[in-house]
Amino acid sequence: MNEDVRRQFPILAQEVNGHRLVYLDNAATSQKPQAVIDAIRHYYEAYNSNVHRGVHTLGNKATEAYEGAREEVRRFINARHASEIVFNRGTTAGLNLVARGLAEQWIRSGDEILITQMEHHSNLIPWQQAAKRAGAVLKYVPLQADGTIQLDDVERMMSPRTKVVAMAHVSNVLGTVHPIREIAAIAHRHGAVMVVDGAQSVPHMPVDVQELDCDFLAFSGHKMLGPTGIGVLYGKLEWLKRLEPVEFGGEMIDFVELYDSTWKEPPWKFEGGTPNIAGAIGLAAAVRFLESLGMEAVHRHEQQLVNYALERLRKVEGIELYGPKERAGIVTFNLAGIHPHDVATVLDTEGVAVRAGHHCAQPLMKWLGVTATARASFYLYNTEEDVDRLVEALIRAKEFFGHAIG
Amino acid sequence: MQLDELYRRVIMDHYQRPRNRGKLDGHDGIQIELNNPTCGDRIELQLKLDDGRVEAIRFDGEGCSISLASASMMTEAVKGKDVQEALELAQHFYQLVQGHPPDGVDLGDLEALHGVSKFPARIKCATLAWKAMEQALRETAQGNAGK
Repeated sequence: MNEDVRRQFPILAQEVNGHRLVYLDNAATSQKPQAVIDAIRHYYEAYNSNVHRGVHTLGNKATEAYEGAREEVRRFINARHASEIVFNRGTTAGLNLVARGLAEQWIRSGDEILITQMEHHSNLIPWQQAAKRAGAVLKYVPLQADGTIQLDDVERMMSPRTKVVAMAHVSNVLGTVHPIREIAAIAHRHGAVMVVDGAQSVPHMPVDVQELDCDFLAFSGHKMLGPTGIGVLYGKLEWLKRLEPVEFGGEMIDFVELYDSTWKEPPWKFEGGTPNIAGAIGLAAAVRFLESLGMEAVHRHEQQLVNYALERLRKVEGIELYGPKERAGIVTFNLAGIHPHDVATVLDTEGVAVRAGHHCAQPLMKWLGVTATARASFYLYNTEEDVDRLVEALIRAKEFFGHAIG
Repeated sequence: MQLDELYRRVIMDHYQRPRNRGKLDGHDGIQIELNNPTCGDRIELQLKLDDGRVEAIRFDGEGCSISLASASMMTEAVKGKDVQEALELAQHFYQLVQGHPPDGVDLGDLEALHGVSKFPARIKCATLAWKAMEQALRETAQGNAGK
């Protein structure tokens, strides 16, 4: 990645508090390249129209672009069919749809659902609710000290009653990358469904759903250079055919009678109401942008950055780093004696944007024995200079609080 | 935006040497626990009224410098005040940290926290202990009314 890539993100050109913006909150949301902004703008300026029903020219154009976006996303994650790509609001919507559907149609009383304690709340609460709804038992794969899990433990936690294994591909706090292909194989051997939260993996590394062989994969557009409010649920076609929709209304029906109705085929039966057309078009532009760089190259770049960051951060006195050695581009840490909120405020005055808090992972915070942490997360436009600025700002935070306190 | 505007000397002093931190001895007053769910800050507040006045107050918990300093300063500020005065002070404090300091009211040391208004994400840190105090007083008042 080079300066030419960076220049395509207009927001990064600004100064914050008198310093060039260093944006390190990419696990929360990513910035948008001009190409994405232009695609959305062009849709509204040139062919804004509803999809799937217009006979008129604009309606046809909008439908073509919307369904074209579906095909681009299919290619991006190598799904077999475009009909396996359901557009929705984001990862949370996708995981809720799957958990709700499986709770009603697949999980029976006394069955088991297997997750981990490091899930984002959006891949944890839906399963708590599914367990309650179906009378099932929620089980947790034990975590190793470094925040990884072991395949042996997954295998050991499986039983004939295990119906679902749900896991993030990449932890949004620790950056742990789970071996989903192997976990999916274990799940399938025991007759369970494999559900993957791909919010932190799909934007950052090559993800091939056929290779992973997961049954469902949910991710968000806004974390991968696309706009907010658009997300994707991938599901194997046989599963999408089997699951009932959770929202009913326009766009998703075949025939409506007075007392009963029939649904369209997937994916449309899950897309009731006017969809986020501009969002899907923006997401397709983001996919093209990522493909033009190559996901291998994006991944390599972030690996170099995170390794450089870990190497530099380790030398900061009083820092505690959480998570495994091998990880995605996420570094979560605390500075001794300084609350992460205070750290983030000092960093912000230096133009460095990081996240502080529990990162929607309260059970994981409990496991780490902290109430909150600071987190820096990288993307393709970040540079080693950004890492240097982070380290300098942390030293400034230590000085400020050391001085103020001492 | 200057760090010194937020982290004033008196704030750092309260953060470093919190007043009224811990638990009341042989407590028979009211106890409230409040959390700030967005950041995991947590405060436990114990409060005892005598003849309608805050006779004793202590806090404990975890949080950032702003939330802990604000809690410490709050306990100092309301000690000895009657319920009405304490509730009124809380309102004045909220105005202060939202950037609208009340006219003609001397808030003493609390005014050091006015800088929080320039850091919107931190306003909730500053108000957590005050919300706990308000809730404690209201519950006490309700409890008394029920007697």
